Amino acid sequence: MSDTVIRVENISKLYQLGEISTGTLSRDLHRWWAGVRGKEDPFRKIGQTNDRSTKGSSDYVWALQDISFDVKQGEILGIIGRNGAGKSTLLKLLSRVTKPTSGRIRVKGRMASLLEVGTGFHPELTGRENIFLNGAIMGMKKNEIRAKLDEIVDFAGVERYLDTPVKRYSSGMYVRLAFAVAAHLEPEILVIDEVLAVGDAEFQKKCLGKMKDVSEKDGRTVLFVSHNMDAIQKLCSRGMLLNNGQLHQQGELSKVLDTYLSINKSAGASFLFQPPANLEECPGYVIRVTIEDLAGTLLPEIPLWDPWQVRIRFKVQKTIPHFVAGMGINTSLGMPLQTTWSKPQDIRAGEYEIIFQNTDLAYAPGIYYLDIGLSSYLRTFQYISQTVALHISDVPSPQQTASIINTKSGLLLNQLETLCTQVK
Amino acid sequence: MSLSKQTDQWDLEIQPESSFFELNWRELWHYRDLILLFVRRDIVSTYKQTILGPIWFFIQPILTTLTYVIIFGNIAGISTGGVPKILFYLAGITLWNYFQECLMKTSDTFILNQNLFGKVYFPRLAIPISIVISNLFKFFIQLALFLVAWVYFLLQAESPIQPNGTLALFPVYLLLMSGLGFSFGVLISSLTTKYRDLRFLIQFGVQLLMYGTPIVYPLEIVPDKYRLLLLANPITSVIEAFKYSFLGQGYFSWFGLGYSLIFMVICLFLSILVFNRVEKTFMDTV
Repeated sequence: MSDTVIRVENISKLYQLGEISTGTLSRDLHRWWAGVRGKEDPFRKIGQTNDRSTKGSSDYVWALQDISFDVKQGEILGIIGRNGAGKSTLLKLLSRVTKPTSGRIRVKGRMASLLEVGTGFHPELTGRENIFLNGAIMGMKKNEIRAKLDEIVDFAGVERYLDTPVKRYSSGMYVRLAFAVAAHLEPEILVIDEVLAVGDAEFQKKCLGKMKDVSEKDGRTVLFVSHNMDAIQKLCSRGMLLNNGQLHQQGELSKVLDTYLSINKSAGASFLFQPPANLEECPGYVIRVTIEDLAGTLLPEIPLWDPWQVRIRFKVQKTIPHFVAGMGINTSLGMPLQTTWSKPQDIRAGEYEIIFQNTDLAYAPGIYYLDIGLSSYLRTFQYISQTVALHISDVPSPQQTASIINTKSGLLLNQLETLCTQVK
Repeated sequence: MSLSKQTDQWDLEIQPESSFFELNWRELWHYRDLILLFVRRDIVSTYKQTILGPIWFFIQPILTTLTYVIIFGNIAGISTGGVPKILFYLAGITLWNYFQECLMKTSDTFILNQNLFGKVYFPRLAIPISIVISNLFKFFIQLALFLVAWVYFLLQAESPIQPNGTLALFPVYLLLMSGLGFSFGVLISSLTTKYRDLRFLIQFGVQLLMYGTPIVYPLEIVPDKYRLLLLANPITSVIEAFKYSFLGQGYFSWFGLGYSLIFMVICLFLSILVFNRVEKTFMDTV
């Protein structure tokens, strides 16, 4: 039973950037005129590779470019890649939310996709009504849902609230109910996007178990996209790595994961700064900020749990009394997390480097923004706000043992010392 | 297994271009439960947490009718062709409301459901179809209101109204109104995904169309030079025939109804065609 159930051939998807609505009518006419004369679409041929860090000259971007792969029956394929690599676009094409620009996908058997839990839930309707509605949206028949109703309710654990409108549900209950419906779909192929990012740890475990069951017992095929490398590792046998809209590698999961970790180490850890405009009056300014590991290697993404350091290189034009360099760390939502200062000192003209090291705090995965300030006494003469970004990856480095800690448990992952003694 | 044999077994093919008029009726049929559940959702959710519930279905046409009686009937003094004013306006409003609701609600199909459409696939036509059906519920409640008034006047000694055999055509009137409302709405909803400006025109356009349809006045008082213009409006014949059947006042013409029918069929065809084109990629442009 190793039949190919999904065959993707040369799939590409072109997206237009920026404001789409303006000038569409004239552009449509233009396109139509080109078509009438038998010429190629004038707006299509200028697409560029989807690399978000470089500013392209074209308004069109290939979110996916020439992707081909096969999926065999019973396989759980994990699709990984950085944000913007094209994972979601691929899922959208597979779940027929939008059409590819070129290429072809062929599927054998019934396919259901789960890009979100609780799609189509209506807050005013009761749990029971929503189960039916949601199930039907996913392509189930009414009697199929009725047959599964008890199982769904049981899995979600919301029996008491079945006839209460879901708007009165706690968010946890809501998610559990939504996932329960999805988990009891009976398609031959299931396409899943990051839905495990919600719900508590216990429920996540239950979901993972359910998915594994589905594939092993019933021989169903699962396509799984997640940032949760832990889940991918537990669940998938084969992996596929997308990078900038292109298929970078596919094959055995562990190899693909290795590539994923190494691929990001090329750029993005070094930030250069222009001298300030008021150069004459400015006693000193930052030239460069780099994010690196303790050995000084640049780290665009810091592996989870690993120590890191920020190296700030700055130029001093004249002697500065009582000089202090400060660095603030903010969450991606802009909440200040931590601020550190160097010891005050008098420094003379020249170029200096200061290093802030973090060896003991483990930040949760995500993006953090740095504030960097240079001051003399209490007067700040340069302040760089939130331009330097620190990426903490959700993938631990290979040396770290797999953690038992849920990465959604908070901003700091460090464990407190615990002491358990019998007192009675 | 040979490759060629395998190729025959694919159940689903996703390709950029599809044939010009391709609608998967079988698939739509497969999702019939979904359509019914959407209908149920629309009806149930509209009046949840309102004290009066479905009574609002009555209040709305009653208030509108009263307004028309006062403004058009008494103040402006527009003739109702010998029919009691209340009955005359109620007849027009009942049928017109159904058309208008179908048009307005379906015209928002893509914009209101973009979240849903962006996450999961089902035949998109299920939404407008369910809207037309769930509006039927409201229509029948309002029709009941009209029938109560109708029977009241019918039982009076010298009844001012003369219903006749053409009443049997009532299902045809309903079909024409739903078909026209559906196709106009679907057409507009498809176009608004790209040209958002249209949305602002709808409210105004529908209002205009209402005055271009003999709702608040009978067709017979319209001067000859405007009459042809009014008859070009496919809804005119339906409304007039409806009034003729129930009230014995109005303009009944097989030719007019035939024109409306042909108009509806062409619109249906066109709108589904456009809808089909749009639903494939609208997520990228909406």
